[in-house]
Amino acid sequence: MAKRIDVSGLHVYYGDFLAVEDVSMTIEPRSVTAFIGSSGCGKSTFLRTLNRMHEVTPGARAEGKVLLDDMDIYSPDVDPVMVRSEVGMVFQKANPFPTMSIYDNVIAGARLNNKRMKKSEADDLVEESLRGANLWEEVKDRLNKPGSGLSGGQQQRLCIARATAVKPSVLLMDEPCSALDPISTLAVEDLIHKMKEDYTIVIVTHNMQQAARVSDRTAFFNLSAPGKPGKLVEMGETNKIFTRPDKQETENYITGRFG
Amino acid sequence: MTMTDAPEAGTPPRGKRRIGDTVFAGLARGSGILILVILAGVAAFLVIQAWPSLRANTANFFLETGWDPNVRENPSFGVAALAFGTVLAAAIALLLATPVAIGISLFIVFYAPRRLAAVLGYLVDLLAAIPSVVYGLWGIGFLAPQLVPVYSAAARHLGWIPLFAGPASTSARTILTAGIVLAVMVLPIITAMSRDVFHQVPQGHREAALAMGATRWEMIRLAVLPFGRSGIVGGAMLGLGRALGETMAVAMILSPSLAISWNLLQSGNQTIAAHIALQYPEATGYGVSALIAAGLVLFAITLVVNMGARYIVARGSKESR
Repeated sequence: MAKRIDVSGLHVYYGDFLAVEDVSMTIEPRSVTAFIGSSGCGKSTFLRTLNRMHEVTPGARAEGKVLLDDMDIYSPDVDPVMVRSEVGMVFQKANPFPTMSIYDNVIAGARLNNKRMKKSEADDLVEESLRGANLWEEVKDRLNKPGSGLSGGQQQRLCIARATAVKPSVLLMDEPCSALDPISTLAVEDLIHKMKEDYTIVIVTHNMQQAARVSDRTAFFNLSAPGKPGKLVEMGETNKIFTRPDKQETENYITGRFG
Repeated sequence: MTMTDAPEAGTPPRGKRRIGDTVFAGLARGSGILILVILAGVAAFLVIQAWPSLRANTANFFLETGWDPNVRENPSFGVAALAFGTVLAAAIALLLATPVAIGISLFIVFYAPRRLAAVLGYLVDLLAAIPSVVYGLWGIGFLAPQLVPVYSAAARHLGWIPLFAGPASTSARTILTAGIVLAVMVLPIITAMSRDVFHQVPQGHREAALAMGATRWEMIRLAVLPFGRSGIVGGAMLGLGRALGETMAVAMILSPSLAISWNLLQSGNQTIAAHIALQYPEATGYGVSALIAAGLVLFAITLVVNMGARYIVARGSKESR
Protein backbone atom coordinates (compact mmCIF):
# COMPACT_ATOMS: atom_id res chain seq x y z
CA MET A 1 0.00 0.00 0.00
CA ALA A 2 2.65 2.54 1.01
CA LYS A 3 4.76 3.79 -1.88
CA ARG A 4 8.20 5.31 -2.27
CA ILE A 5 8.59 8.84 -3.60
CA ASP A 6 11.63 9.72 -5.68
CA VAL A 7 12.20 13.39 -6.44
CA SER A 8 14.96 14.48 -8.77
CA GLY A 9 15.95 17.96 -9.87
CA LEU A 10 12.69 19.65 -8.92
CA HIS A 11 12.29 23.40 -9.36
CA VAL A 12 9.08 25.20 -8.37
CA TYR A 13 8.10 28.54 -9.85
CA TYR A 14 5.42 31.10 -9.04
CA GLY A 15 5.17 32.86 -12.37
CA ASP A 16 8.76 33.92 -13.08
CA PHE A 17 9.83 33.69 -9.46
CA LEU A 18 11.85 30.59 -8.60
CA ALA A 19 10.54 29.55 -5.17
CA VAL A 20 12.28 26.22 -4.64
CA GLU A 21 15.49 25.27 -6.35
CA ASP A 22 16.74 21.87 -7.41
CA VAL A 23 15.42 19.45 -4.81
CA SER A 24 16.28 15.77 -5.04
CA MET A 25 15.30 13.32 -2.35
CA THR A 26 13.94 9.87 -1.68
CA ILE A 27 11.06 9.40 0.72
CA GLU A 28 10.91 5.87 2.08
CA PRO A 29 7.63 3.96 2.34
CA ARG A 30 6.25 3.03 5.78
CA SER A 31 8.16 5.81 7.45
CA VAL A 32 7.63 9.38 8.58
CA THR A 33 9.64 12.08 6.90
CA ALA A 34 9.65 15.54 8.44
CA PHE A 35 10.37 18.79 6.59
CA ILE A 36 11.74 21.52 8.84
CA GLY A 37 12.98 25.01 8.11
CA SER A 38 12.07 28.64 8.69
CA SER A 39 8.89 30.19 7.30
CA GLY A 40 8.91 30.96 3.60
CA CYS A 41 11.71 28.56 2.77
CA GLY A 42 9.52 26.59 0.40
CA LYS A 43 8.84 23.41 2.35
CA SER A 44 5.04 23.68 2.07
CA THR A 45 5.39 24.68 -1.57
CA PHE A 46 7.55 21.65 -2.18
CA LEU A 47 5.13 19.41 -0.27
CA ARG A 48 2.29 20.49 -2.53
CA THR A 49 4.19 19.48 -5.64
CA LEU A 50 4.16 15.89 -4.39
CA ASN A 51 0.45 15.54 -5.20
CA ARG A 52 0.22 18.31 -7.78
CA MET A 53 -1.79 20.52 -5.43
CA HIS A 54 0.50 23.40 -6.37
CA GLU A 55 -1.35 23.50 -9.68
CA VAL A 56 -4.38 24.89 -7.83
CA THR A 57 -2.41 28.08 -7.14
CA PRO A 58 -2.57 30.33 -10.22
CA GLY A 59 0.82 30.72 -11.85
CA ALA A 60 2.54 27.94 -9.91
CA ARG A 61 4.41 25.26 -11.86
CA ALA A 62 7.05 22.65 -11.22
CA GLU A 63 9.90 21.34 -13.34
CA GLY A 64 11.68 18.10 -12.64
CA LYS A 65 10.69 14.59 -11.87
CA VAL A 66 8.59 13.06 -9.12
CA LEU A 67 8.25 9.29 -9.16
CA LEU A 68 5.61 7.51 -7.10
CA ASP A 69 7.10 4.02 -7.13
CA ASP A 70 7.44 3.75 -10.91
CA MET A 71 4.88 6.32 -11.98
CA ASP A 72 6.04 9.74 -13.11
CA ILE A 73 3.29 11.94 -11.65
CA TYR A 74 4.08 14.81 -14.04
CA SER A 75 3.87 12.68 -17.13
CA PRO A 76 1.35 14.21 -19.59
CA ASP A 77 -0.88 11.14 -19.55
CA VAL A 78 -1.21 11.15 -15.76
CA ASP A 79 -4.38 12.71 -14.40
CA PRO A 80 -3.81 15.00 -11.39
CA VAL A 81 -7.12 13.78 -9.97
CA MET A 82 -5.69 10.25 -9.90
CA VAL A 83 -2.43 11.46 -8.31
CA ARG A 84 -4.36 13.12 -5.50
CA SER A 85 -6.37 10.04 -4.73
CA GLU A 86 -3.04 8.19 -4.37
CA VAL A 87 -1.33 10.96 -2.40
CA GLY A 88 -3.68 12.41 0.20
CA MET A 89 -3.22 15.65 2.06
CA VAL A 90 -4.03 17.10 5.48
CA PHE A 91 -3.89 20.86 5.88
CA GLN A 92 -2.71 23.28 8.52
CA LYS A 93 -6.22 24.41 9.28
CA ALA A 94 -8.71 21.61 9.84
CA ASN A 95 -11.20 21.94 7.01
CA PRO A 96 -14.14 19.54 7.35
CA PHE A 97 -16.98 20.37 4.97
CA PRO A 98 -19.18 22.55 7.17
CA THR A 99 -22.55 21.51 5.81
CA MET A 100 -21.83 17.79 6.04
CA SER A 101 -22.24 15.42 8.94
CA ILE A 102 -19.24 13.60 10.42
CA TYR A 103 -20.30 10.50 8.53
CA ASP A 104 -20.64 12.30 5.19
CA ASN A 105 -17.31 14.05 5.66
CA VAL A 106 -15.49 10.75 6.07
CA ILE A 107 -17.22 9.13 3.13
CA ALA A 108 -17.09 12.15 0.78
CA GLY A 109 -13.85 11.27 -0.99
CA ALA A 110 -14.52 7.57 -1.20
CA ARG A 111 -17.94 8.27 -2.73
CA LEU A 112 -16.25 10.12 -5.59
CA ASN A 113 -14.48 6.98 -6.75
CA ASN A 114 -17.22 4.53 -5.95
CA LYS A 115 -20.61 6.06 -6.61
CA ARG A 116 -22.59 2.90 -6.00
CA MET A 117 -21.19 2.07 -2.61
CA LYS A 118 -23.55 -0.05 -0.54
CA LYS A 119 -24.76 1.28 2.78
CA SER A 120 -23.04 -1.51 4.70
CA GLU A 121 -19.75 -0.96 2.88
CA ALA A 122 -19.94 2.75 3.58
CA ASP A 123 -20.70 2.10 7.26
CA ASP A 124 -17.70 -0.20 7.50
CA LEU A 125 -15.39 2.25 5.77
CA VAL A 126 -16.49 5.11 8.03
CA GLU A 127 -15.90 3.05 11.14
CA GLU A 128 -12.55 1.76 9.88
CA SER A 129 -11.34 5.24 8.94
CA LEU A 130 -12.50 6.84 12.17
CA ARG A 131 -10.93 4.04 14.23
CA GLY A 132 -7.77 4.53 12.18
CA ALA A 133 -7.83 8.20 13.11
CA ASN A 134 -8.38 7.43 16.82
CA LEU A 135 -11.69 9.26 16.66
CA TRP A 136 -14.30 6.50 16.57
CA GLU A 137 -14.91 6.26 20.32
CA GLU A 138 -15.42 10.01 20.57
CA VAL A 139 -17.90 10.41 17.74
CA LYS A 140 -19.62 7.05 17.21
CA ASP A 141 -22.82 8.30 18.89
CA ARG A 142 -23.09 11.47 16.84
CA LEU A 143 -22.08 10.49 13.32
CA ASN A 144 -24.96 12.49 11.89
CA LYS A 145 -24.01 15.72 13.65
CA PRO A 146 -22.09 18.34 11.63
CA GLY A 147 -18.32 17.93 11.59
CA SER A 148 -17.91 21.61 12.41
CA GLY A 149 -19.27 20.94 15.89
CA LEU A 150 -16.14 19.03 16.92
CA SER A 151 -13.16 20.53 18.74
CA GLY A 152 -10.16 21.67 16.69
CA GLY A 153 -8.17 18.54 17.43
CA GLN A 154 -11.12 16.29 16.64
CA GLN A 155 -11.72 18.18 13.40
CA GLN A 156 -8.12 17.61 12.38
CA ARG A 157 -8.41 13.89 13.10
CA LEU A 158 -11.69 13.90 11.14
CA CYS A 159 -9.76 15.37 8.21
CA ILE A 160 -7.17 12.63 8.57
CA ALA A 161 -9.94 10.02 8.56
CA ARG A 162 -11.41 11.67 5.47
CA ALA A 163 -8.03 11.57 3.73
CA THR A 164 -7.38 7.93 4.62
CA ALA A 165 -10.88 6.78 3.61
CA VAL A 166 -9.80 7.33 0.00
CA LYS A 167 -7.11 4.65 0.63
CA PRO A 168 -4.10 6.66 -0.51
CA SER A 169 -0.59 5.24 -0.38
CA VAL A 170 1.00 8.49 0.78
CA LEU A 171 -0.26 11.06 3.26
CA LEU A 172 1.12 14.61 3.14
CA MET A 173 0.60 16.70 6.27
CA ASP A 174 1.14 20.45 6.10
CA GLU A 175 1.71 21.64 9.68
CA PRO A 176 -1.22 19.55 10.91
CA CYS A 177 -0.76 20.49 14.57
CA SER A 178 0.12 24.16 14.38
CA ALA A 179 -3.41 25.23 15.32
CA LEU A 180 -3.88 22.60 18.02
CA ASP A 181 -3.37 22.58 21.78
CA PRO A 182 -0.73 20.21 23.26
CA ILE A 183 -3.22 17.46 24.15
CA SER A 184 -4.70 17.39 20.65
CA THR A 185 -1.20 17.56 19.21
CA LEU A 186 -0.28 14.49 21.20
CA ALA A 187 -3.36 12.69 19.88
CA VAL A 188 -2.37 13.49 16.29
CA GLU A 189 1.26 12.48 16.89
CA ASP A 190 0.14 9.14 18.34
CA LEU A 191 -1.93 8.72 15.25
CA ILE A 192 1.03 9.44 12.96
CA HIS A 193 3.04 6.78 14.81
CA LYS A 194 0.30 4.26 14.26
CA MET A 195 -0.33 5.16 10.63
CA LYS A 196 3.23 4.82 9.43
CA GLU A 197 2.72 1.05 9.39
CA ASP A 198 0.41 1.51 6.42
CA TYR A 199 1.36 4.76 4.75
CA THR A 200 4.25 6.84 3.57
CA ILE A 201 3.90 9.97 5.68
CA VAL A 202 5.44 13.37 5.01
CA ILE A 203 4.93 16.07 7.60
CA VAL A 204 5.86 19.75 7.44
CA THR A 205 6.37 21.19 10.90
CA HIS A 206 7.78 24.28 12.57
CA ASN A 207 8.07 22.43 15.81
CA MET A 208 11.46 20.76 16.00
CA GLN A 209 10.54 18.69 19.04
CA GLN A 210 7.66 17.37 17.01
CA ALA A 211 9.91 16.49 14.11
CA ALA A 212 12.23 14.73 16.55
CA ARG A 213 9.33 12.86 18.18
CA VAL A 214 7.46 11.61 15.13
CA SER A 215 9.85 11.30 12.22
CA ASP A 216 12.31 8.70 11.06
CA ARG A 217 14.03 10.99 8.61
CA THR A 218 14.26 14.75 8.53
CA ALA A 219 14.86 17.16 5.69
CA PHE A 220 16.06 20.68 6.44
CA PHE A 221 15.12 23.44 4.00
CA ASN A 222 16.51 26.95 3.98
CA LEU A 223 16.75 30.02 1.78
CA SER A 224 20.11 30.33 0.08
CA ALA A 225 19.92 34.06 0.93
CA PRO A 226 17.06 36.48 1.67
CA GLY A 227 14.97 36.89 -1.50
CA LYS A 228 16.62 33.87 -3.06
CA PRO A 229 14.90 30.53 -3.69
CA GLY A 230 14.56 27.88 -1.01
CA LYS A 231 16.66 24.74 -1.22
CA LEU A 232 17.11 21.42 0.50
CA VAL A 233 20.13 21.79 2.77
CA GLU A 234 20.41 18.29 4.05
CA MET A 235 18.38 15.19 4.71
CA GLY A 236 19.09 12.19 6.88
CA GLU A 237 18.10 10.06 9.85
CA THR A 238 16.27 12.27 12.33
CA ASN A 239 18.64 11.25 15.09
CA LYS A 240 21.63 12.29 13.10
CA ILE A 241 20.16 15.59 11.89
CA PHE A 242 19.36 16.60 15.44
CA THR A 243 22.63 15.45 17.01
CA ARG A 244 25.42 15.75 14.50
CA PRO A 245 24.28 17.26 11.21
CA ASP A 246 26.74 17.46 8.35
CA LYS A 247 26.16 21.12 7.60
CA GLN A 248 26.84 24.09 9.86
CA GLU A 249 23.63 25.73 8.52
CA THR A 250 21.54 22.87 9.87
CA GLU A 251 23.23 22.92 13.23
CA ASN A 252 22.66 26.65 13.54
CA TYR A 253 18.97 26.19 12.88
CA ILE A 254 18.31 23.30 15.21
CA THR A 255 20.27 24.87 18.04
CA GLY A 256 18.37 28.11 17.57
CA ARG A 257 21.25 30.11 16.08
CA PHE A 258 19.93 31.35 12.78
CA GLY A 259 21.89 32.41 9.77
CA MET B 1 -32.32 53.70 25.73
CA THR B 2 -30.72 57.10 25.80
CA MET B 3 -27.04 57.58 25.27
CA THR B 4 -26.20 58.45 28.84
CA ASP B 5 -27.49 55.37 30.59
CA ALA B 6 -26.36 52.84 27.98
CA PRO B 7 -22.73 53.58 27.13
CA GLU B 8 -21.28 51.51 24.33
CA ALA B 9 -19.01 48.69 25.38
CA GLY B 10 -15.45 49.88 25.44
CA THR B 11 -16.14 53.54 26.20
CA PRO B 12 -15.01 54.37 29.68
CA PRO B 13 -17.87 55.15 32.09
CA ARG B 14 -18.30 58.84 32.93
CA GLY B 15 -15.90 59.61 30.13
CA LYS B 16 -15.95 62.94 28.40
CA ARG B 17 -18.65 63.21 25.75
CA ARG B 18 -17.30 64.45 22.51
CA ILE B 19 -19.46 66.61 20.33
CA GLY B 20 -18.48 64.88 17.10
CA ASP B 21 -19.50 61.50 18.50
CA THR B 22 -22.81 62.79 19.76
CA VAL B 23 -23.68 64.45 16.48
CA PHE B 24 -22.69 61.45 14.42
CA ALA B 25 -24.55 59.01 16.65
CA GLY B 26 -27.62 61.22 16.41
CA LEU B 27 -27.43 61.37 12.62
CA ALA B 28 -26.95 57.63 12.31
CA ARG B 29 -29.82 56.89 14.66
CA GLY B 30 -32.02 59.39 12.84
CA SER B 31 -31.35 57.67 9.52
CA GLY B 32 -32.16 54.32 11.10
CA ILE B 33 -35.44 55.58 12.47
CA LEU B 34 -36.30 57.30 9.20
CA ILE B 35 -36.39 54.01 7.32
CA LEU B 36 -38.90 52.62 9.83
CA VAL B 37 -41.01 55.76 9.54
CA ILE B 38 -41.03 55.53 5.75
CA LEU B 39 -41.99 51.86 5.76
CA ALA B 40 -44.75 52.41 8.31
CA GLY B 41 -45.89 55.48 6.40
CA VAL B 42 -46.22 53.58 3.13
CA ALA B 43 -48.08 50.75 4.80
CA ALA B 44 -50.42 53.16 6.58
CA PHE B 45 -51.05 55.09 3.37
CA LEU B 46 -51.93 51.91 1.51
CA VAL B 47 -54.29 50.67 4.22
CA ILE B 48 -56.05 54.01 4.72
CA GLN B 49 -56.46 54.72 1.00
CA ALA B 50 -57.57 51.18 0.21
CA TRP B 51 -60.10 50.98 2.99
CA PRO B 52 -63.08 52.84 1.37
CA SER B 53 -63.14 50.63 -1.70
CA LEU B 54 -62.57 47.46 0.29
CA ARG B 55 -65.52 48.31 2.55
CA ALA B 56 -67.79 49.13 -0.38
CA ASN B 57 -66.68 46.11 -2.40
CA THR B 58 -69.60 43.80 -3.13
CA ALA B 59 -67.35 40.91 -4.22
CA ASN B 60 -64.78 38.96 -2.23
CA PHE B 61 -61.56 40.90 -2.78
CA PHE B 62 -59.34 37.83 -2.55
CA LEU B 63 -61.43 35.46 -4.66
CA GLU B 64 -62.97 37.70 -7.33
CA THR B 65 -61.15 37.89 -10.67
CA GLY B 66 -63.14 40.74 -12.29
CA TRP B 67 -62.24 44.42 -11.98
CA ASP B 68 -65.16 46.83 -11.95
CA PRO B 69 -64.48 49.51 -9.35
CA ASN B 70 -64.85 52.61 -11.52
CA VAL B 71 -68.33 53.41 -10.27
CA ARG B 72 -69.83 55.60 -7.56
CA GLU B 73 -71.75 52.76 -5.90
CA ASN B 74 -71.43 49.01 -5.36
CA PRO B 75 -68.01 48.42 -6.91
CA SER B 76 -67.09 44.83 -7.59
CA PHE B 77 -63.46 43.87 -7.93
CA GLY B 78 -60.93 41.31 -6.75
CA VAL B 79 -57.26 40.67 -6.82
CA ALA B 80 -57.29 36.89 -7.44
CA ALA B 81 -56.39 36.94 -11.16
CA LEU B 82 -53.84 39.72 -10.68
CA ALA B 83 -52.08 38.04 -7.78
CA PHE B 84 -52.03 34.78 -9.72
CA GLY B 85 -50.54 36.47 -12.81
CA THR B 86 -47.95 38.27 -10.71
CA VAL B 87 -46.77 35.13 -8.99
CA LEU B 88 -46.86 33.09 -12.23
CA ALA B 89 -44.76 35.58 -14.20
CA ALA B 90 -42.24 35.86 -11.37
CA ALA B 91 -42.09 32.10 -10.95
CA ILE B 92 -41.40 31.60 -14.68
CA ALA B 93 -38.67 34.23 -14.52
CA LEU B 94 -37.05 32.60 -11.52
CA LEU B 95 -37.25 29.11 -12.95
CA LEU B 96 -35.51 30.23 -16.12
CA ALA B 97 -33.00 32.62 -14.59
CA THR B 98 -31.69 30.73 -11.57
CA PRO B 99 -30.00 27.79 -13.33
CA VAL B 100 -28.50 30.11 -15.94
CA ALA B 101 -27.27 32.49 -13.25
CA ILE B 102 -25.64 29.67 -11.30
CA GLY B 103 -23.99 28.48 -14.51
CA ILE B 104 -22.69 31.95 -15.34
CA SER B 105 -21.29 32.55 -11.88
CA LEU B 106 -19.64 29.12 -11.71
CA PHE B 107 -18.07 29.80 -15.08
CA ILE B 108 -16.87 33.25 -14.02
CA VAL B 109 -15.40 32.06 -10.73
CA PHE B 110 -14.01 28.62 -11.57
CA TYR B 111 -13.68 28.09 -15.30
CA ALA B 112 -13.12 31.30 -17.22
CA PRO B 113 -9.61 32.69 -17.74
CA ARG B 114 -9.16 35.63 -15.41
CA ARG B 115 -9.43 38.36 -18.02
CA LEU B 116 -12.54 36.89 -19.63
CA ALA B 117 -14.08 36.48 -16.18
CA ALA B 118 -13.64 40.18 -15.45
CA VAL B 119 -15.21 41.20 -18.76
CA LEU B 120 -18.07 38.77 -18.34
CA GLY B 121 -18.79 39.91 -14.80
CA TYR B 122 -18.86 43.49 -16.01
CA LEU B 123 -21.25 42.65 -18.85
CA VAL B 124 -23.63 40.86 -16.52
CA ASP B 125 -23.64 43.86 -14.19
CA LEU B 126 -24.39 46.01 -17.21
CA LEU B 127 -27.57 44.01 -17.84
CA ALA B 128 -28.86 45.35 -14.53
CA ALA B 129 -28.34 48.93 -15.67
CA ILE B 130 -30.62 48.69 -18.70
CA PRO B 131 -33.89 50.54 -17.98
CA SER B 132 -36.95 48.33 -17.85
CA VAL B 133 -38.70 50.30 -20.57
CA VAL B 134 -35.92 49.23 -22.92
CA TYR B 135 -36.49 45.63 -21.93
CA GLY B 136 -40.16 46.21 -22.70
CA LEU B 137 -39.36 47.53 -26.16
CA TRP B 138 -37.00 44.63 -26.78
CA GLY B 139 -39.62 42.16 -25.62
CA ILE B 140 -42.42 43.51 -27.74
CA GLY B 141 -40.40 44.55 -30.77
CA PHE B 142 -37.91 41.71 -31.06
CA LEU B 143 -38.49 38.80 -28.74
CA ALA B 144 -42.24 38.33 -29.17
CA PRO B 145 -42.16 38.07 -33.00
CA GLN B 146 -39.30 35.56 -32.73
CA LEU B 147 -41.30 33.49 -30.29
CA VAL B 148 -44.47 33.20 -32.40
CA PRO B 149 -43.27 30.18 -34.44
CA VAL B 150 -41.70 28.66 -31.32
CA TYR B 151 -44.98 28.90 -29.47
CA SER B 152 -47.03 27.39 -32.28
CA ALA B 153 -44.53 24.52 -32.53
CA ALA B 154 -44.76 24.06 -28.76
CA ALA B 155 -48.55 24.04 -28.97
CA ARG B 156 -48.42 21.43 -31.75
CA HIS B 157 -46.00 19.04 -30.06
CA LEU B 158 -46.46 19.72 -26.37
CA GLY B 159 -50.14 20.66 -26.50
CA TRP B 160 -51.02 17.63 -24.39
CA ILE B 161 -49.39 19.37 -21.42
CA PRO B 162 -52.04 21.81 -20.13
CA LEU B 163 -49.40 24.54 -19.75
CA PHE B 164 -48.78 24.49 -23.51
CA ALA B 165 -52.32 23.87 -24.79
CA GLY B 166 -53.03 25.55 -28.13
CA PRO B 167 -53.93 27.48 -30.09
CA ALA B 168 -50.87 29.61 -29.44
CA SER B 169 -51.19 33.37 -29.45
CA THR B 170 -50.38 34.91 -32.82
CA SER B 171 -48.67 37.88 -31.20
CA ALA B 172 -46.80 35.92 -28.51
CA ARG B 173 -47.67 38.66 -26.04
CA THR B 174 -48.26 36.09 -23.34
CA ILE B 175 -47.30 35.49 -19.74
CA LEU B 176 -44.44 33.24 -20.89
CA THR B 177 -42.89 36.02 -22.98
CA ALA B 178 -43.24 38.37 -20.05
CA GLY B 179 -41.62 35.73 -17.84
CA ILE B 180 -38.70 35.32 -20.24
CA VAL B 181 -38.05 39.06 -20.32
CA LEU B 182 -38.30 39.18 -16.53
CA ALA B 183 -35.80 36.31 -16.39
CA VAL B 184 -33.26 38.39 -18.32
CA MET B 185 -33.93 41.29 -15.98
CA VAL B 186 -33.37 39.31 -12.77
CA LEU B 187 -30.40 37.38 -14.17
CA PRO B 188 -27.78 39.95 -13.08
CA ILE B 189 -29.06 40.08 -9.51
CA ILE B 190 -28.92 36.33 -9.03
CA THR B 191 -25.59 36.09 -10.85
CA ALA B 192 -24.00 38.81 -8.77
CA MET B 193 -25.15 37.29 -5.50
CA SER B 194 -24.06 33.76 -6.32
CA ARG B 195 -20.78 34.96 -7.81
CA ASP B 196 -19.97 36.79 -4.58
CA VAL B 197 -20.76 33.82 -2.42
CA PHE B 198 -18.77 31.47 -4.68
CA HIS B 199 -15.78 33.79 -4.31
CA GLN B 200 -16.11 33.49 -0.55
CA VAL B 201 -15.86 29.70 -0.42
CA PRO B 202 -12.84 29.20 1.82
CA GLN B 203 -9.73 28.04 -0.01
CA GLY B 204 -9.42 25.31 2.61
CA HIS B 205 -12.71 23.69 1.61
CA ARG B 206 -11.86 23.77 -2.08
CA GLU B 207 -8.41 22.33 -1.50
CA ALA B 208 -9.82 19.70 0.83
CA ALA B 209 -12.02 18.43 -1.96
CA LEU B 210 -9.30 18.58 -4.60
CA ALA B 211 -6.73 16.93 -2.33
CA MET B 212 -8.78 13.79 -2.05
CA GLY B 213 -9.06 13.37 -5.76
CA ALA B 214 -12.11 15.41 -6.70
CA THR B 215 -12.44 16.71 -10.24
CA ARG B 216 -13.32 20.35 -10.63
CA TRP B 217 -17.01 19.59 -10.93
CA GLU B 218 -16.87 17.28 -7.91
CA MET B 219 -15.08 20.00 -5.98
CA ILE B 220 -17.89 22.40 -6.88
CA ARG B 221 -20.49 19.88 -5.77
CA LEU B 222 -18.72 19.01 -2.50
CA ALA B 223 -17.41 22.36 -1.38
CA VAL B 224 -18.88 25.21 -3.39
CA LEU B 225 -22.59 24.52 -3.84
CA PRO B 226 -23.30 23.51 -0.21
CA PHE B 227 -21.45 26.60 1.00
CA GLY B 228 -23.12 28.83 -1.57
CA ARG B 229 -26.65 27.51 -1.20
CA SER B 230 -27.87 30.28 1.08
CA GLY B 231 -26.34 32.90 -1.22
CA ILE B 232 -28.02 31.40 -4.27
CA VAL B 233 -31.38 31.27 -2.50
CA GLY B 234 -30.93 34.81 -1.26
CA GLY B 235 -30.09 36.01 -4.77
CA ALA B 236 -33.06 34.17 -6.21
CA MET B 237 -35.36 35.76 -3.65
CA LEU B 238 -34.01 39.23 -4.40
CA GLY B 239 -34.61 38.49 -8.07
CA LEU B 240 -38.11 37.30 -7.23
CA GLY B 241 -38.71 40.58 -5.45
CA ARG B 242 -37.72 42.50 -8.56
CA ALA B 243 -39.76 40.24 -10.85
CA LEU B 244 -42.87 40.64 -8.68
CA GLY B 245 -42.71 44.41 -8.73
CA GLU B 246 -41.58 44.93 -12.32
CA THR B 247 -44.12 47.13 -14.07
CA MET B 248 -43.09 48.71 -17.31
CA ALA B 249 -41.76 45.74 -19.24
CA VAL B 250 -44.74 43.59 -18.31
CA ALA B 251 -47.25 46.34 -19.06
CA MET B 252 -45.77 46.72 -22.52
CA ILE B 253 -45.46 43.06 -23.38
CA LEU B 254 -48.50 41.40 -21.92
CA SER B 255 -51.79 41.54 -23.73
CA PRO B 256 -53.82 41.44 -20.56
CA SER B 257 -57.00 39.78 -19.52
CA LEU B 258 -58.28 39.22 -16.07
CA ALA B 259 -58.48 35.46 -15.91
CA ILE B 260 -56.69 32.80 -13.94
CA SER B 261 -55.09 30.79 -16.69
CA TRP B 262 -52.32 28.23 -16.51
CA ASN B 263 -51.92 28.44 -20.25
CA LEU B 264 -48.56 29.97 -21.06
CA LEU B 265 -49.02 30.25 -24.82
CA GLN B 266 -52.27 32.17 -24.94
CA SER B 267 -52.76 35.76 -23.99
CA GLY B 268 -54.39 36.09 -20.64
CA ASN B 269 -53.31 36.89 -17.10
CA GLN B 270 -52.08 40.20 -15.82
CA THR B 271 -49.78 41.28 -13.03
CA ILE B 272 -50.64 43.65 -10.21
CA ALA B 273 -47.95 46.19 -11.02
CA ALA B 274 -48.75 46.39 -14.73
CA HIS B 275 -52.47 46.52 -13.98
CA ILE B 276 -52.01 49.49 -11.65
CA ALA B 277 -49.92 51.33 -14.21
CA LEU B 278 -52.39 50.74 -17.01
CA GLN B 279 -55.59 51.37 -15.05
CA TYR B 280 -54.57 54.36 -12.97
CA PRO B 281 -55.08 57.06 -15.64
CA GLU B 282 -58.65 55.93 -16.22
CA ALA B 283 -59.64 55.21 -12.64
CA THR B 284 -62.77 56.98 -11.39
CA GLY B 285 -65.14 56.40 -8.51
CA TYR B 286 -63.69 53.71 -6.28
CA GLY B 287 -61.09 52.96 -8.95
CA VAL B 288 -58.05 54.60 -7.38
CA SER B 289 -58.79 53.17 -3.98
CA ALA B 290 -59.21 49.71 -5.48
CA LEU B 291 -55.87 49.98 -7.28
CA ILE B 292 -54.26 50.97 -4.00
CA ALA B 293 -55.80 47.87 -2.44
CA ALA B 294 -54.12 45.82 -5.17
CA GLY B 295 -50.88 47.65 -4.40
CA LEU B 296 -51.29 46.67 -0.76
CA VAL B 297 -51.47 43.02 -1.80
CA LEU B 298 -48.28 43.43 -3.87
CA PHE B 299 -46.60 45.09 -0.90
CA ALA B 300 -47.58 42.15 1.29
CA ILE B 301 -46.37 39.56 -1.24
CA THR B 302 -42.96 41.20 -1.65
CA LEU B 303 -42.65 41.63 2.11
CA VAL B 304 -43.31 37.94 2.66
CA VAL B 305 -40.85 36.96 -0.09
CA ASN B 306 -38.13 39.16 1.35
CA MET B 307 -38.68 37.89 4.87
CA GLY B 308 -38.53 34.35 3.53
CA ALA B 309 -35.24 35.15 1.80
CA ARG B 310 -33.76 36.64 4.97
CA TYR B 311 -34.82 33.62 6.96
CA ILE B 312 -33.25 31.20 4.49
CA VAL B 313 -30.01 33.18 4.22
CA ALA B 314 -29.73 33.51 8.00
CA ARG B 315 -30.38 29.82 8.54
CA GLY B 316 -27.84 28.92 5.86
CA SER B 317 -25.06 31.06 7.31
CA LYS B 318 -25.67 29.59 10.77
CA GLU B 319 -25.35 26.07 9.40
CA SER B 320 -22.13 26.73 7.57
CA ARG B 321 -20.39 28.10 10.62
